[in-house]
Amino acid sequence: MLWTVVGKELLDNARDRRTLASALLFGPLFGPLLFAVLISVVIQQTVSDVERPVSLPVIGAEHAPNLIAFLGRNGFEVERWEGDLAGAREAVQAGRQDVVLVIDPAFGERFQAGLPARVQLIQDASAQRAARNVNRARGALNAYSGQLRALRLQARGVSPEVLRPLVIDDVDVSTATGRAALLLGMITYFLLAAMLMGGLYLAIDATAGERERGSLEPLLTLPVTRSTLLLGKILATCCYMLLSLVITLVAFAIGLSFVSLEELGMSANFGPQVVLLGFLLMAPFVLLGAALMTLVASFTKTYKEAQTYVGVLIVVPTLPILFAAFLSVKPSALLMTVPSLSQHLLMTALIRNEPLDPGFAAISVVSTLALGGLVTWLATLFYRREGLMG
Amino acid sequence: MIEVDGISKRFGKVEAVRSVSFAAEDGRITGLLGPNGAGKSTTLRVLYTVLKPDQGRARIGGRDVVTEALAVRRSMGAMPHGAGLYPQLTARENIAYYGRLHGLEGAALTRRIDEITRLLDLGEFIDRRTKGFSQGQRTRVALARALVHDPQHVLLDEPTNGLDVMATRALRQLILRLRDQGRCVLLSSHVMQEVAALCDRIVIIAHGQVAASGTPDELRRRYAEADLEEVFVRAISDVGERA
Repeated sequence: MLWTVVGKELLDNARDRRTLASALLFGPLFGPLLFAVLISVVIQQTVSDVERPVSLPVIGAEHAPNLIAFLGRNGFEVERWEGDLAGAREAVQAGRQDVVLVIDPAFGERFQAGLPARVQLIQDASAQRAARNVNRARGALNAYSGQLRALRLQARGVSPEVLRPLVIDDVDVSTATGRAALLLGMITYFLLAAMLMGGLYLAIDATAGERERGSLEPLLTLPVTRSTLLLGKILATCCYMLLSLVITLVAFAIGLSFVSLEELGMSANFGPQVVLLGFLLMAPFVLLGAALMTLVASFTKTYKEAQTYVGVLIVVPTLPILFAAFLSVKPSALLMTVPSLSQHLLMTALIRNEPLDPGFAAISVVSTLALGGLVTWLATLFYRREGLMG
Repeated sequence: MIEVDGISKRFGKVEAVRSVSFAAEDGRITGLLGPNGAGKSTTLRVLYTVLKPDQGRARIGGRDVVTEALAVRRSMGAMPHGAGLYPQLTARENIAYYGRLHGLEGAALTRRIDEITRLLDLGEFIDRRTKGFSQGQRTRVALARALVHDPQHVLLDEPTNGLDVMATRALRQLILRLRDQGRCVLLSSHVMQEVAALCDRIVIIAHGQVAASGTPDELRRRYAEADLEEVFVRAISDVGERA
């Protein structure tokens, strides 16, 4: 009986193009596609930023020909600023220029005399976009300054090392995969969304849709308990969600193999093993999601109403992930009892190539399944209610 | 045999059915006749175990509709108001789904569907999706679905609603055939002529109560009216005055 109901719901919904498209196409492919495009753009930007020469307008270039030559050798396209100082300030403020270098007319004179020679970097510290070019300009000027300092000291018979009491080395301990994981953490979000999308239409069609069509009443006159009917509907929803999950995982695996994360100094760990383990970790969420959507949809009177409420419901599982992102929580046994959050933490660890704690995984699977069972039970209780007929 | 013994059902403040009693025998067509909103559908819904009565009890084939609901459902084929088919499934799939939920499968199910396809003349559209079906085609498929397990008791809520003359005629012949096979047929209608032409016994319901019941002849005698329509009008107004 149960499988008769499951089979009918699967067939019925497979014939509906809208359900099929949302379950097997839009839901699962939207995430990976968006993700691949996003990463490609980031890569392009990062890579081109390093390579592209920075254009640097200069006022008073004639006062310091050596400095200008140095900048030219170090990846700057030096150009004369056509206009006065006030014009340059205005251009930077308006964002037309990232940075303008102003060389003091007394530069040559003071330089010759061994006095500090003055240059100005006109910049807008609040402009995030310009910060990169400003920093490169400042770095180049510092390098020039350092070079001259060493030469001058040497000319006076002093070792330049005297003026370097401290040597600071930055040691970046984040691994390449670790950095990638920051971005890849979004993957769990897409997986959850695709799963819920996959079951959405079936959950609504099998409950609110059934009632609106008028096919619920004759169905209830058959020698099948209401619990069996509802369980069949939830299981059918689960099937679509699982299918959607598999497609999304595979799409991610394929999509990420085309994106050259290595250029960003990252490597995504998304091989067949991650697909398989990821499926096992995410799959328990299917029952909970299906039961929740079915429960909410069976409260509503019409297809439209159900769409509204279940649409809101779909956002709920993404909230713990959002919290986790803001608070950057570490996995713990307690957090593993929270559905969607535990899947997120485990998936992230998996993609980050960190060892998977079997205890944590077990807590996640058991607690998510238990909660799914509880909601399923609540849904069957509700389905026995007489007001179901509307 | 369907026995209804003083059932009442209220929805909030509205008392939809007030201690309704009647019996429908095997080999007879019993008609629930009454104006719209009289309580016919509520009574039928209690009988096909979708609603539970607040008071009273009802038995179908000797089994209680509340305590033995599953057994009652097995011996009963119901066609609620409106066909309620699955538009994405073919007529055959719609019927087969109900057949399977009644425990039929394999060759037995196929044979039964072929049988019923002939009986209800569904051959022309049996393998088409029911999406664009006419009202008459939908009703025939819904009826086939209700009869797929060969039930002893057949409950039909407003079966001729929306049917044209030819479809109504075909349905009437089918109902008569069910009676001649010894089944217990209970149908509701708000059309007097419909009930008069078809039913062996009439139960007139108004304001949630039984206004009168009996064979057409009995009713004519009791109200001393040759015209059943007059009987209908008087029975209803009697209850209206009491209410």
